[in-house]
Amino acid sequence: MPIIDAVLDDFFWRALIGGLGVALVAGPLGCFVVWRRMAYFGDTLAHSALLGIALSFLISVPLNVGVIITCVVLAIALVLFSRSRTLATDTLLGILAHSALAIGLVTLSFMPDVRVDLTGLLFGDLLAMSRHDLLWIYGGAAVILVLLATLWRGLLMSTIHEELARVEGIPVERLRLVLMLMFSLVIAVAMKIVGVLLITALLIIPAATARRLAHSPEHMTLLAMVFGFVAVGGGLSLSWHLDTPAGPSVVVTAFSVFLLIYGSARQARSLTRTFRCGQHWSKV
Amino acid sequence: MTEPLVALDQLTVAFDGRPIVDRVSLTLHRGDIITVIGPNGAGKTTLIKAILGIQKVTSGSVTLSDRLTVGYVPQHLNLETTLPLSVRRFMSLSGRRLQECQAALDKTGVGHLMDSSIHHLSGGERQRLLLARALARKPDLLVLDEPAQGVDINGQAALYDLIRQLRDDLHCGVIMISHDLHLVMAATDKVICLNQHVCCSGYPADISHDPAFIETFGQPVAESLAVYHHHHNHHHDLHGDVVDKERHHDHKECGHAHH
Repeated sequence: MPIIDAVLDDFFWRALIGGLGVALVAGPLGCFVVWRRMAYFGDTLAHSALLGIALSFLISVPLNVGVIITCVVLAIALVLFSRSRTLATDTLLGILAHSALAIGLVTLSFMPDVRVDLTGLLFGDLLAMSRHDLLWIYGGAAVILVLLATLWRGLLMSTIHEELARVEGIPVERLRLVLMLMFSLVIAVAMKIVGVLLITALLIIPAATARRLAHSPEHMTLLAMVFGFVAVGGGLSLSWHLDTPAGPSVVVTAFSVFLLIYGSARQARSLTRTFRCGQHWSKV
Repeated sequence: MTEPLVALDQLTVAFDGRPIVDRVSLTLHRGDIITVIGPNGAGKTTLIKAILGIQKVTSGSVTLSDRLTVGYVPQHLNLETTLPLSVRRFMSLSGRRLQECQAALDKTGVGHLMDSSIHHLSGGERQRLLLARALARKPDLLVLDEPAQGVDINGQAALYDLIRQLRDDLHCGVIMISHDLHLVMAATDKVICLNQHVCCSGYPADISHDPAFIETFGQPVAESLAVYHHHHNHHHDLHGDVVDKERHHDHKECGHAHH
């Protein structure tokens, strides 16, 4: 199909299509990050992605594979460590997040033959999206969406009340592991667009924005997707027209939408209040 | 006698070598209500978590009868405010049909809250919601961890009445933890006083004279319980309203000293 080819030949469209694919799964997963208070955890996984990149160069495996494996290993290590409870979870996460990032950077500096665009990796790059990446993104998104749809009740129930879920026979531990795998996958595919330092923002901000308007968990995930689309579309356009870095532009757009929704919701509420007061007075 | 729903044999749970639940043996049959009482840190919650299979057992055994459906009413429902959740959605997550959910909510007196947000429920309403959630599963065994928390004193009595009535309706076994000694002593079938080990167990009227009970809770408490077998001349419904037609009730007429 020549039209599709023409579209995919254009790097901006590739980035946009890829970004929308990421937003599709970042929405629902972001909701779980917010509900389960895993923001810092997501950050740690994302930081470790850089270590994954360094390791992929070291043992020459595809970047995505290296990143996914590193994230999964780190996620499992985190779960095991946090069970021993010798360190508070946030301390543990702080140690691992920055150590993983630092080790990744140091390892990369030891490889002078490898030319990597560090800024691109850290903050995202509009130009970096290849057709191959699009395959990864939509393949990953399909896997995540199918998993979410089939495991939805269990995931939601173990988020609401872990012990109740366990008593009702929901395999809480296994679901936690699946959730970690999905996070690793989304980090690996989102890295190119928003960069490792800003992935968590793309997870959290649309979900938090959606909370303001949502009346059910499912409604919130759908709204988070929509706000993710807006952030990606707006951010990449911004990046294209003003030549700003892709990742930060996406996050700035997401944040603007967040402020807009919270601001207007507040306004709407105070308007309703004024209206109600008016009614009250008219009765008197 | 029929096969027990739950049989504990020398159940021990230890953290760092320190036993929290120490060699507890008990059996629970259909229709039994067993109330576990005891001071803070006595291992009550650990005991029921071991029964529920969500707490690793150090030694001894927990035997549940085959294909047992367990309804669990946890101590709290601490919901993240970031998770929008209505009563309807929470109930439907049990996997039961809507009519069954509605019936369960009606039974516990919160049927009118179906479309409310869980975040706007009071403590007592949340407890009744959790109870309804457990009921919707049509349990053979109902396990409650301090079900009357956050419920006012008259509501507490109504709640314990409700639990007894549910036991009759469902013909299930009930095991619960309670701090409401007075109500428990007046209402329950069998009491187990736990302080790591079972320090005494039996029927309420007997155990309040048990030296081990007196030692655990102190003389004043034991004495106050011994004189507390009385009945109110009126009832309250779940909302705390007086149900009895007899409008004029005076506590001076009750014929007992309030403590």
